[in-house]
Amino acid sequence: MAGLPFLRGIRCGSVALILCGLLAGTPARSESVLTVGMTAGDIPATTGNPDQGFEGFRFVGYNLYDGLALWDLSRSDAPSDIKPGLATAWHVDANDHHRWIFDLRQGVTWHDGCPFTADDVLWNFARVTDPKAPQYYTVQMALSRTYVANFASVEKIDDHTVAITTKAVESLFPYSMSYFLMISRCRAEALKYDWAAYAAHPSGTGPYRFDRMVAHERLEFIPNKDYWDPKRVAKHDRLVLLPMPEAATRAAALLTGQVNFIEAPAPDTIPRLRSAGMQIITNKYPHNWPYILNFVRGPMTDIRVRRAANYALNRSEFVEMLGGLAIEEYATMPPGTPYYGNPVRYEYNPDKARALLKEAGCLPCKIVFAISTSGSGQMQPLPMNELAKAQLEEVGFQVELKVMDWNSLIEIGRSGVAKYPEIDGYNGSRALLDPVSALIKPVWKAHWSPAGSNWGHFYDPEIEDLVNQILAEFDDQKRLAMLTRLHELENDRALMVWVVHDLNPRALSPKLSGFVQAQNWFQDLTPIVVQP
Amino acid sequence: MITYILRRFLYAIPIAFGVSVVCFSLVYLAPGDPLQTILPSDASADTIAMVKAAYGFDQPLPIQFLKWLGRVLTGNFGESIATRRPVILEVTGALRNTGTLALFAVPISFTAGYAMGALAGCFPGRIIDRVVTGTAVIGVSLPNYWFGIVLVIIFAVQEMMLPATGMGANGSTAFSLFSLADLRFLVLPVVTLSMIPIGIIARSTRAAVAEVLNQDFVTTLRAKGLGEIAVIRHVLKNSLPQVLAVMGLQFGYLMGGSILVETVFTWPGSGFLLSKAIINRDVPVLQGTILFLALIFVATNLLVDLLQSMIDPRIRRS
Repeated sequence: MAGLPFLRGIRCGSVALILCGLLAGTPARSESVLTVGMTAGDIPATTGNPDQGFEGFRFVGYNLYDGLALWDLSRSDAPSDIKPGLATAWHVDANDHHRWIFDLRQGVTWHDGCPFTADDVLWNFARVTDPKAPQYYTVQMALSRTYVANFASVEKIDDHTVAITTKAVESLFPYSMSYFLMISRCRAEALKYDWAAYAAHPSGTGPYRFDRMVAHERLEFIPNKDYWDPKRVAKHDRLVLLPMPEAATRAAALLTGQVNFIEAPAPDTIPRLRSAGMQIITNKYPHNWPYILNFVRGPMTDIRVRRAANYALNRSEFVEMLGGLAIEEYATMPPGTPYYGNPVRYEYNPDKARALLKEAGCLPCKIVFAISTSGSGQMQPLPMNELAKAQLEEVGFQVELKVMDWNSLIEIGRSGVAKYPEIDGYNGSRALLDPVSALIKPVWKAHWSPAGSNWGHFYDPEIEDLVNQILAEFDDQKRLAMLTRLHELENDRALMVWVVHDLNPRALSPKLSGFVQAQNWFQDLTPIVVQP
Repeated sequence: MITYILRRFLYAIPIAFGVSVVCFSLVYLAPGDPLQTILPSDASADTIAMVKAAYGFDQPLPIQFLKWLGRVLTGNFGESIATRRPVILEVTGALRNTGTLALFAVPISFTAGYAMGALAGCFPGRIIDRVVTGTAVIGVSLPNYWFGIVLVIIFAVQEMMLPATGMGANGSTAFSLFSLADLRFLVLPVVTLSMIPIGIIARSTRAAVAEVLNQDFVTTLRAKGLGEIAVIRHVLKNSLPQVLAVMGLQFGYLMGGSILVETVFTWPGSGFLLSKAIINRDVPVLQGTILFLALIFVATNLLVDLLQSMIDPRIRRS
């Protein structure tokens, strides 16, 4: 019994220590902080165009920097399109359709205080296209080259006007300029082109300024109060970005208050998050989850087999499996897209699928699909592919799934069908932000892999002709009609096996308000208000 | 003794070289592109070729290896493709963070594992032995990934007692071992990480102690009238070389960090760095991290050999 007071003392001391710890752990913040749990495994690059896919653009690229064109992310009820960014307007030269004139925004300053001028635009293009320029940076060349592939040259007309010449006539060229982000020449010169130093002291014109970074762990931005678009001055004091690749970790971090905004909560965590009062926000956006097919050899070269595969899928079962966080996909674009049109709707019809396979003389129809275990935009690839396999086999397909990690699947996607002829298709989610990436590249002969993203070497003379007409058409309405026709034709040809469109779920703390989830891969975080 | 140390040290050099060859080659055996991080998924063949040339990945593998080895011997491990930071900084920073975990996980798991194993070994077949053996089997068998998530659900989400993830409220650079607020971030990962070593050490210690207890000299000691505590002291000392070998391996495991545990807790250690490097095919970081970890294993084994020979000179003679 003599030991009891001693033990009691220890217990009291421990409680006091724990309380001290808890109190010390409570941040005495007067500022409102938006803390985001990203799905990215690392901090995206801060030296211009980011890595980590479009999540890098969403959280780092589009917050620190601007392009000549930007995406309008202010609405959730309509698909977003590009709008003026660092350029207030653009038009093609009436006498030379290779030449685009961009009127630059006046009065814009970089975060370092230097003014934004036409010289900055020229300097930025040299940064990724001219290996002899002192500011040429291989990493940025790699990250930007897809978007400046058609760029030939740029000239300064005056301090606030530039002319960009393209290699080929491309009426949709301004879309490319929404992915090419401008960085500060002043800052790069001051740092003597030390890009590691620049990464730690980046300077752009975007709605947030860089404040602090802990490599691999956290990136902190503060609002750019002098942002040229007053509507997009951030309504919170600080934005903290944390890489959290593990879905369970993101959900736990949100539930414990370590973050107040998470990307892509797993479907099975949604009920728990809802019960804790979290806001689950979804919206359709230009994403699809298809099988991209081999048009060189194998069963998928036969349109009847491709159509059979589309008729074989009961897409409602996928939506159910995903807890309603997806919509059924019958064509490349989600419904509501301006160029959606009236595509064939491959409703679940196993009898028709069987009949088509029989007609094609492919029973059992052996096919090989390459799939990944995870990856950006891949949703729940393993159970979804298992379900697709089961449904396809029910109508007469015999499906072999070649399972690999995301990086290996990307390698297959980049190398193309010539290197992997034994694969009849691969399951790769796609970002369909602009019509070139969404509709043109997957069917255009100029983009046959490995030169571009027409992986399976699709070729159809009617479609090829239509693509060339679209790229040469500068009347918006006429071009829209052509794009609609292209979407319908691709659907008629069963270009892919379409499965679902993701609904892009996010979970937000109840203390957050004002977020408008645009129908886009990029999002505007500036309107978010964080209640204490 | 000095000759022995020198000889063991010389043995470690070819091992380290072999490790460097293996770790360099293995990275290239894996499918995928080392430039995936910086190349968009629809990058064309000519873009890929240009970037490969800029990074030297277009050269034959033996040339790449020799260049890499030459740089490594001068202490230059290259730059991360993803971050452009020197690999040496990436690896040492991550090792420091994993070392912080190990600082707590090593004494906890070694002490608990050894105590449990010694207790079970001294009372073979008794209830205490069964309890300890059962606990050790559970510790070894529980997937630490699952166990970590369960701990998070109970202590972070349900009870709100501890943070779920991260290394301090402001990141690892602001982390302090003297701040209770920061130490709270250590609790769940340390407990999760310690489970497997506790189980392994407990089982090994139990087996070693039980084996020594059956040796003739123990009977002799008892016949001489030595007290049971003194006998146990002899038994523990004689079982120590065997246990030390296991502890050495577990120390290497803890210093290497656990990819799964560090990913669950977003702990910026060597395991997390390795996992990111694997996913991104960040070859310089991957090679640097594997080499560092392998060298830690080599050094730990060397240290264990020396300790064993100090405890039991017969090992040195053999």
